[in-house]
Amino acid sequence: MKADKEIKKKRMRLSLPPEEYMHSGHLACQGCGATLAMRYALKALGPRTALSIPACCWSVIDGPFPYSSLSIPIFHCAFETAAVSAAGLKAGLEMVGDKETTVVAWAGDGGTFDIGIQALSGVAERNDNIIYVCYDNEAYMNTGIQRSSATPYGAWTTTTPVKHYKNRPKKDIDAIMAAHRIPYLATANISYPEDLYRKVRKAKDIKGTRFIHIYTPCPTGWKTRPEDTIKLGKLAVQTCIFPLYEVEDGSTWKINIKPRDKKPVKDYLRLQGRFRHLNEEAISFIQEEVDKKWARLLKYEEVSPL
Amino acid sequence: MRKVIMGNHALSYGAMLSRVQVIAAYPITPQTQVVELLSEMCADKVLDAQFIKVESEHSAMAACLGASLAGARTFTATSAQGLALMHELLHWASGGRLPVVLGNINRAMAPGWSIWSDQNDSLSQRDTGWVQFYCGSNQEVLDSVIQAFKVAEKLHIPAMIILDAFSLSHTYEVVEVPEQEKVDEYLPPFQPKFRLTPDDPHAFGGLTSPDHYLELRYKLQKDMEKAPALIEETGQEFQELFGRKLGLVDPYQCDDAEIILVTSGTAGYTACVAVDHFRQQGLKVGNLRIRTFRPFPFEIVRDILSQAKKVAVVDRNISYGHHGIFYQEIKSALYGHSPVPVFGYITGLGGRDITLDTFRQIIEETQKNDAPSERISWIGVKK
Ligand SMILES: Cc1ncc(C[n+]2csc(CCOP(=O)(O)OP(=O)(O)O)c2C)c(N)n1
Ligand code: SF4
Ligand SMILES: [Mg+2]
Repeated sequence: MKADKEIKKKRMRLSLPPEEYMHSGHLACQGCGATLAMRYALKALGPRTALSIPACCWSVIDGPFPYSSLSIPIFHCAFETAAVSAAGLKAGLEMVGDKETTVVAWAGDGGTFDIGIQALSGVAERNDNIIYVCYDNEAYMNTGIQRSSATPYGAWTTTTPVKHYKNRPKKDIDAIMAAHRIPYLATANISYPEDLYRKVRKAKDIKGTRFIHIYTPCPTGWKTRPEDTIKLGKLAVQTCIFPLYEVEDGSTWKINIKPRDKKPVKDYLRLQGRFRHLNEEAISFIQEEVDKKWARLLKYEEVSPL
Repeated sequence: MRKVIMGNHALSYGAMLSRVQVIAAYPITPQTQVVELLSEMCADKVLDAQFIKVESEHSAMAACLGASLAGARTFTATSAQGLALMHELLHWASGGRLPVVLGNINRAMAPGWSIWSDQNDSLSQRDTGWVQFYCGSNQEVLDSVIQAFKVAEKLHIPAMIILDAFSLSHTYEVVEVPEQEKVDEYLPPFQPKFRLTPDDPHAFGGLTSPDHYLELRYKLQKDMEKAPALIEETGQEFQELFGRKLGLVDPYQCDDAEIILVTSGTAGYTACVAVDHFRQQGLKVGNLRIRTFRPFPFEIVRDILSQAKKVAVVDRNISYGHHGIFYQEIKSALYGHSPVPVFGYITGLGGRDITLDTFRQIIEETQKNDAPSERISWIGVKK
């Protein structure tokens, strides 16, 4: 009796809705951040949602024909077309009388930063009424870990071997999207599910092009331990390597988490095989760059609305 | 209602009368007037459709595919470089069984830049799984759009309406614009067998193992094979309602012809003038204008051509390292069925005019030789 009461008192309050729209049977690797991103995002989006998914890990993760691990419909579209496929789908649904369904483009970093950027820019400029989610694992994972323009400085990939590791910074896709003056843009992280959930919920109720950039660790491509996925997500925010913030109408910046004691990037890098080759000099260069970018972000927030 | 309109506007009227619901297109000469008129129609609410003003042809087709998968009747138009840019997604349309209708203005491929007509753009898309109609008049362009939706939606296979740059796209002709009610009677709203909706969630086009892929393609071909009969049937129905025939092919004076020309597009009508001319001189010439190129109308082509003594195929296109594309197709249709010799001619690339004199040279050469040579016969090349 007493024990029962104790349990009741201690029972955790769920911080996310219990409904699941992603199910077991999917094909992702252990510790895959991209799957967590989908699971949390769908909790916010609900059952009246349709996805366009281009070529990426997620086009495989969902499962082979005739199966699907999601209980919402999916349009598997061409690699470079996620955004506009979603826009076409939205227009088509509206024309057949369904004005309510939320249409979401769900693409990897390659499909967003690289090959899909033209179609994405077109959609954003027209302010087509879709949500665009980029789950960012910082390389082309589907095809075997090749560099993308989202791959960070210093990283090994199969096309940036350790002797020629990536020597250019990660493309600032969020700044590019903000420059389109879309109504809503947010960065999110699978290690902060409540924050991710809140942002997708918020996006759902806004009209126009909404862009959500989710940090999703990839044990296979990053050479990390599956059990470190959540830890890496936390460290990405605590080191300010992947800050969490929102931008409204391309003019108002709001940083969601400002770490009181910024952790050194070294703590983040050393957990990952893809950075193992970096010497002290390279690591301090990365630290400097992260610091600069963070300072710039603080400035943006300070002076906004711009 | 009779109107004097350009070929491009015939496409727009065809789309309007078909009550298209989503249009996504990108401008390219000589297609621009198609989308200009359609965007006006949408703005003026003459047409209840969404017009997505995309940033490229690639995105135009991608948007069309999304809209079509949602169950909306969808239209686009393009030309040459634009069609080539869509190539990956043309496969997506047929593989996804999405009955989009596309108007393509035949324009020569660059480089060098050319805005004038030839068929290499659309024929390069031969194997993408689209129905292809080659039109010879503005009336046929308008009528074909309406018929194309009927055929495409029944079979869940996309369809292309093809017309020559300038000699149709920008040429004004008298066109009977049918009444909306009659078109509605002919073409009911699009009722897809499958469509994407959260009410019945499915994943479309996902990873398909070797266990299934072959069957999906087999089904696509099987449905493509139903198209010739369906085109004849819907063409017949069209004739009953509107008084104009829309068949697989358009034969002219073929019954007793000793030489039959095989043509397509506007050259197909110039050829009829040539036929009259030669007949006046006592030469028994006929013309078979191929309207439907995909699916290839094997049976009717064989029936007509095997009666002739010689066949002369006129190609405004070329498969480099082989021959004219219609020439190859006609030979393959006749193989094992008829010993009639087939002569192939290439002419008119990049918009060089195909005139009565072009046909005079073709007929003369065909008469002169007993059997076709391996070498390509070029007509009108400056040497
Ligand atoms: C036009 C085209 N080029 C290349 C490919 C091959 N391809 C498939 S997925 C992929 C990489 C995807 O990378 P990303 O978008 O980052 O998603 P991830 O696999 O990392 O989840 C590539 C190059 C393709 N499918 N289509
Ligand atoms: S390769 Fe990476 S992103 Fe892809 S399924 Fe595996 S862990 Fe997930
Ligand atoms: Mg990736």
